[in-house]
Parts: sequence; structure tokens; C-alpha cells
Amino acid sequence: MKKHDKNRNVAIIGIGQTTLSSHKEDQNQVEMVNEAVKNALADANMTLDDIDCIVHGNMELFEMQFQPDMWHALDCGSYGKEEFRITTGGTVGATLVCASDSLVASGQYDTVLCLGFEKLQEGNTTGGITNMADPLWFRNLQTGALTSSTANEMIKEFGKERVLRAAMKYRIMIDKHAMLNERAHRRLGLEYDQLENLMETSPQLVGDLRLIHMCSQSDGACAMVLTNEDRVKKGTAKPPVWIRDHETSHRGENMSNLYGAQKPKSTHRDCAEKLFMRNGITNPLEYFDVFEMYDPSAFWGLDWLREFLLLKDDEVLKLMEANEFDLDGKLPVNPSGGVIASNPIGATAMLRPAEAALQIRGDAGGHQIKKEVRHALASGFGGTLWTVMLMLEKELNW
Amino acid sequence: MTCKCEDIKDCFVIEARMALPNQYFVGRIGSKWIIAMRDKKKLTGLKCDKCNITYVPPREHCNKCGATIADNWVDVGTTGEIVNFTIVNYNDKHLPKKAPYILGQIKLDGADTPLTHIVADVDPADVHVGMKVKAVFAEGPVNTLMQLDHFEPV
Repeated sequence: MKKHDKNRNVAIIGIGQTTLSSHKEDQNQVEMVNEAVKNALADANMTLDDIDCIVHGNMELFEMQFQPDMWHALDCGSYGKEEFRITTGGTVGATLVCASDSLVASGQYDTVLCLGFEKLQEGNTTGGITNMADPLWFRNLQTGALTSSTANEMIKEFGKERVLRAAMKYRIMIDKHAMLNERAHRRLGLEYDQLENLMETSPQLVGDLRLIHMCSQSDGACAMVLTNEDRVKKGTAKPPVWIRDHETSHRGENMSNLYGAQKPKSTHRDCAEKLFMRNGITNPLEYFDVFEMYDPSAFWGLDWLREFLLLKDDEVLKLMEANEFDLDGKLPVNPSGGVIASNPIGATAMLRPAEAALQIRGDAGGHQIKKEVRHALASGFGGTLWTVMLMLEKELNW
Repeated sequence: MTCKCEDIKDCFVIEARMALPNQYFVGRIGSKWIIAMRDKKKLTGLKCDKCNITYVPPREHCNKCGATIADNWVDVGTTGEIVNFTIVNYNDKHLPKKAPYILGQIKLDGADTPLTHIVADVDPADVHVGMKVKAVFAEGPVNTLMQLDHFEPV
């Protein structure tokens, strides 16, 4: 097992979000970015003078804008400071947090502000993703983020009726959570008695994947302030949320060269196994109090829960059927409404640890879990099968 | 000595074309700025009173002190001075005009930041820093930066 010790402990002490919407015509990109930065600084009761470094990222290509970090320099606070720009596709928001954590943990910087954003309405995301495919390079078929292969595999394993019902139940649960989050983009007001109707009427995208299952295209930004333990001891405006550990697994789309036609272990399970083993977590379902998961579709949400939580057989379906992922369930999943409700890609994977941290602080507002949240899990996802997991803690006692 | 690939026989090149249409949201402030040009033939800016800087094009917040200045509109002149320029000598389909043409940075009277735009009706050989120019607005609604069609010498 690789060593993953930190030189010093790191906490999230400021969280800023914009509202998440498909139509932010009222703001240009720098105005939106500035809003998130200002909100994060206000949350931390800090000014830019307290920040040593900015870590900036979004999904390159998606707005068709070259070097957005340069454009934003005067508006995101990086002017006169050190700055890193990171793009790791859909995962970028989570990678920004991991990188900032490492930058502070290393001692290179005391306090870092990370910023993820996207204005998905401005570009052609599916065009950008699909264009990367060329079997000649062994970059196999890409259909944007739309696929029914997970649905097919689950149906083969558990039967059509059960899987389609569970996926739609997951979708409705997510909407019920989003309805409690006033920042969320899509809040549809779905009810469980619409389940059968939605299974019939929602437009088909690919195979059994229907429009209602799929995440949105949103505009929005998220920023977070991370600092070290010594700085936290001097007092913070809001309770610190400790970043205990993080892990990343990814897999190139040319992995057939290694695995042939065999399906390899999922990057989610690989990532979870490494993270949990390193931290002595034997039962993640028991250990964590909330999971903010990057769930681009209802089928992926359901399938990936199985992988992330290292569940066996049909355990995930049983938990879903028994409402155990509800806000008052055994492990609440995506109280914020997750990615299906709001997906400003460069911010999406940062919103996961941000929302998880708000839950630990008890600051999530309408979608706050009622019982105390001490241990939170967050995940990011992007092409191609790029997975990031972060463990957040209320107490510095592990 | 140049480095040259001697043998490119049987090395294929695949021609491709990416279609990636995009749009962007000008925002409420940028749109107001264009509307003032369109409806009143006026050039405006946003001013930070504390730093005494007038931003043209307008900025929601002062880029020096960070204060929100979104409501502090001021009129600036439709005349100004060229503070920098370049002459574009090649043609390409993404360019707004046929070459040769002049792209100038114009500090409008009352503004503190230069605005980059086309300078026309002057021979490229005659353009110079310090040259006084005036704004020429488009006639109909354009609703982009090209609502200000170009600058020309006073």
C-alpha cells in the first residue's frame, strides 16, 4: 500500500457557492466566478490578503474559451498571487480540492482558495466529449455521457422490473432532496406515485436510459478555502471540516490493450478499497453519516453506490427499496440533490465535498440531515472512468 | 541546419473537423452597456469612487479593491485617444475585417481603461499613439460589441 501521510492536517474553513441554473444570462463568466470567491471568503471571514494561492479549474473546451484562468485573474483573486490551473475533466472540482489539500499539507502554502466553475449552456459539451473518440487511437466509442450499458448490466443481473423501479425510485428520491435545496437547478416536485408513469413516459435517450434519469447541464461556481491546523487553532469563523484523506483512480479508454475483452474492476471499487483499507474503514455503510456522490444518472447512482460502499449481490437494491438512502435513512445520499439536480461540471465535483462539509458543519439549511454528521464521504467522477474520493471528518481524532 | 523528416511516405494524415458551436452570456452589466450604445448612442462605464477608476468596458466589481460597483454608472466621452495599436496584415475567416486594418486601444475621455476596437478611415501608415478618435455607432440594433462599429479620426 502506498504511503499517503500528510505533513500537517488540513481543514475546509470557507465554502462559497453560486445558485445553480441553466440560465445565467444575467452574469458573465467572471461575475459568476467572483460571486463564488466572495461567498467563500465571507464564509471564512477572510479577505484575499489571507489567501496564499489560488487553485483554478474547469472542464477545458466546454465554453470554447482559451485560458479562462487568465481571463479571471483580476476577478478570482489570483492577481499578484501564485496560481495553479487544473483540468481533469468532470472530476476537476474534486481534483482541485485534493490538490489544494496536498498544497497546504505539504507546507508550501498556509491557506489556499480553490475554485471550480462551468457555464455549460455556453458550449457544446457532448460534441466535445464525442469528438475525442477514434478507434484508430484505441479511444473507443464515446456518446457524451449518455449510455445505457450500466442499465443493461444491472438488468441482466437483477431483472428488468426490479432495476427500472429502483432506478426511478432513486431519481425521485434525488428530486425530493433537491426540493429542499434552494440552490439546486432542477427541482421538479416528483412524487413516488409517479414512478410507473415516469417509467413509461419520460423520453428514451439510449436503451433504458430516459431523459428523467439523466443529469442536467447547469451554470454555476463553487469555491472553498483550505488552511492548516495551526491556522485553525487561531480560530475560524465557522467550524473547520477536516480533510482526512483522498484517493484517485482512473482508467484510460485504451485499457482493452491490457485487459482484452475482460471487464476490469470498476475504478470506484478500486478507489474505495484503497481509501478504506488505508484508513481502517471495514464497513463504510456503518462508518459514514452522509455520502455526497457524483451521480450523473440514476442508473450510475445506484450502481456506483454498490461499488463505493463495497456492497455485495443485491444489497444496494435492498437498501434502496428500504429507503435507506433517504435523509433519515442509514446512509443519506446526496441531500443536496446531487449531480442529477445540478451539474455545472467544473464545479460539480467540488460541490460534493462542499455539500458534505456543510452537512458536517450543520449548515446545509433546508437539506440538512437531522442526526449529527461526523464522518462524510464525497466522490467525483469524470471521463474516462476517473474517480476521486474524499473523506471528511468533524473531529481531528482519527 | 533545419531538422527535416526525410521519409514520410506511407504516413497518413486524417483530415477532421470539429463542430463546436458556442455562445456566451454577456451578463446584465455588459448588456446594459450595449443597450446604452444602441438606444442613446452613449458610451458608459462603471466607476469605483474609492479607487477613482472608471472601467470601460464596465466591470461588476473594482479590479483593484474588489468592491461591487455594479450600480455606479457614469457617462464617458465618445471621443478618446489611441494609446496603442496594431495593424492586422493577414486575412482569416475569424477576423472581423479584411486586411489590412487597424486594431487600436482607445482611452475614451473620462475612462481609465483602454477599449480595443477597429480604427477605420485612416491610412495604416498615418495611425499613431496620441491620435484623437471618435466612436461611430452602428445604425440598426447589433447587440454585440459591434454596436460600436468602429473609431475614426476626429
